[in-house]
Amino acid sequence: MKILVCISHVPDTTSKINFTEGDTKFDTTGVQFVINPNDEFGLTRAMWFKEKQGANVTVINVGGAETEPTLRKALAIGADAAIRVNTAATDGFSVAKQLAHVAKDGGYDLVIAGRESIDYNGGMVPGMIAGLINANFVNNCINLEVDGNKATAIREIDGGKETVSTSLPLVIGGQKGLVEESDLRIPNMRGIMMARQKPLTVLDPVDANNETSSVKFEKPAPKGAVKLVSPDNLDELVSLLHNEAKVI
Amino acid sequence: MTKEKIMSVLVYTESEQGKFKKIAFEVASYAKAVADQLGTTVTAITINANDVSELGNYGVDKVLKVSNPQLDAFNAKGYTEAIQQAAEKEGTKVVVLSSSANSKYVAPLLAVGLNAGYASNVIEAPSSTSPFTVKRPAFTNKAFETLTINTDVKIVGVSNNSFGLVEKSGSASAEDFSPTISDLGVKVESVDKASNKVSIADAEIVVSGGRGLKGPENWGMIEELASVLGAATACSKPVSDLGWRPHGEHVGQTGKPVAANLYIAIGISGAIQHLAGINASKVKVVINSDPEAPFFKAADYGVVGDAFTVVPELIEKLKAFKAQQ
Repeated sequence: MKILVCISHVPDTTSKINFTEGDTKFDTTGVQFVINPNDEFGLTRAMWFKEKQGANVTVINVGGAETEPTLRKALAIGADAAIRVNTAATDGFSVAKQLAHVAKDGGYDLVIAGRESIDYNGGMVPGMIAGLINANFVNNCINLEVDGNKATAIREIDGGKETVSTSLPLVIGGQKGLVEESDLRIPNMRGIMMARQKPLTVLDPVDANNETSSVKFEKPAPKGAVKLVSPDNLDELVSLLHNEAKVI
Repeated sequence: MTKEKIMSVLVYTESEQGKFKKIAFEVASYAKAVADQLGTTVTAITINANDVSELGNYGVDKVLKVSNPQLDAFNAKGYTEAIQQAAEKEGTKVVVLSSSANSKYVAPLLAVGLNAGYASNVIEAPSSTSPFTVKRPAFTNKAFETLTINTDVKIVGVSNNSFGLVEKSGSASAEDFSPTISDLGVKVESVDKASNKVSIADAEIVVSGGRGLKGPENWGMIEELASVLGAATACSKPVSDLGWRPHGEHVGQTGKPVAANLYIAIGISGAIQHLAGINASKVKVVINSDPEAPFFKAADYGVVGDAFTVVPELIEKLKAFKAQQ
């Protein structure tokens, strides 16, 4: 089984979010970048398929050379090869077109992407890849088993979960549950050394228009101080929620 | 230009077991606002909904009613085919969906099918329809992004509880619509869903518990508070990691996102990953014995006190309040 794991290069959750160039660009100054958490759960599940079922795992990112350390980290965790499509990731649809082109060209059986990235939160790339290459698609995937050409997945739904059966080629939008947080791997020295020897191929992008364009970013207005209510006066809390906040 | 010449806005109004979900009326209200800006009408597509007349109260002019047993269980590919064919039949330029798990599953497939740009989690009516400009949260609620959708056909996913319901007096005409559904590709084998509980996605109020509650045996008061408020229950990540509560209740960055009108956090300190996931909620209340808990900086209202005395008392006060209403 050939697996392609899509890796988004995102600012760490604890990063300060600021914008430059008249609030049109994310300010990367001093920002620590990591593998998108939803993608890391998928990558770790891919490692399981590699170790238990002999799968071959390639990781891929759409972005400039500055994203390569994130791909190297994925190689150090255990992926066999990496691909970087050399173009700025500016909108979900155009990124999906780049990824779909590689997925189709490389004849991958399973494409694992995170349900959404923690920077733009579009939640569209996995489904768009599936639509573009006409593969089966399971979103919000929290469990995946593959047996030959058949796959069984569990999908989180509003208020519960459902078990589905499908077949390869398959794209999933993965999240926590594919593996648990305690299963995530920190690259060890041997992995880091081996990652240096593994192939990282840089591909030219295919033509893809931006179907959406960012115009500007803004930060939420600073929040007022919390209004404290004494635990001996909870009638006041009920009254505030009813009369002031108007939420009950 | 006359009304007929601008193609109507298409809205997918979701139902469950034949009944509309509340978000169906919210997306219909949103579609009506877009249609008013464009000077056109609203067409809704329903899949196996029973009584579609209610949609007329939220600005829908016409309903394309799909009744197809193949689509009894939700299937993203099949639902996409139905909505795509409705959009093509109507010559629609704007398609509106919700941010439910199912709609977010369908929208990217629909975007490919209609070659349409898609903006998800949109929180306001478009600020302009030419260029088509909408606003959505980004960086997990730490910022807002204003973006344009550049394609001829546009897809808008409306963030739940962001636009609200706008009632209009009107009536909707209904016609049967029979799209061609091909091989579905993914088959539902079983569904595990608590039918008597409000889901986090559908809830206007969410009551959430953290490690401060000390153990799963203490969740009775969380359930009771939620039941008094008609709220969904949720929990922090450590609580689901410890197995005190099911994973499906975990809210935060790697759990479910929450965009409720009221979020009540009990015994949750407020780690940055937790706050990121719930920050889209309009009003936040924190109950915590530690006045230094970071959640107090993110909350609108706070009670510094022991949850084991505050929550039962709050339940009594709310019951008395509800009895007066």
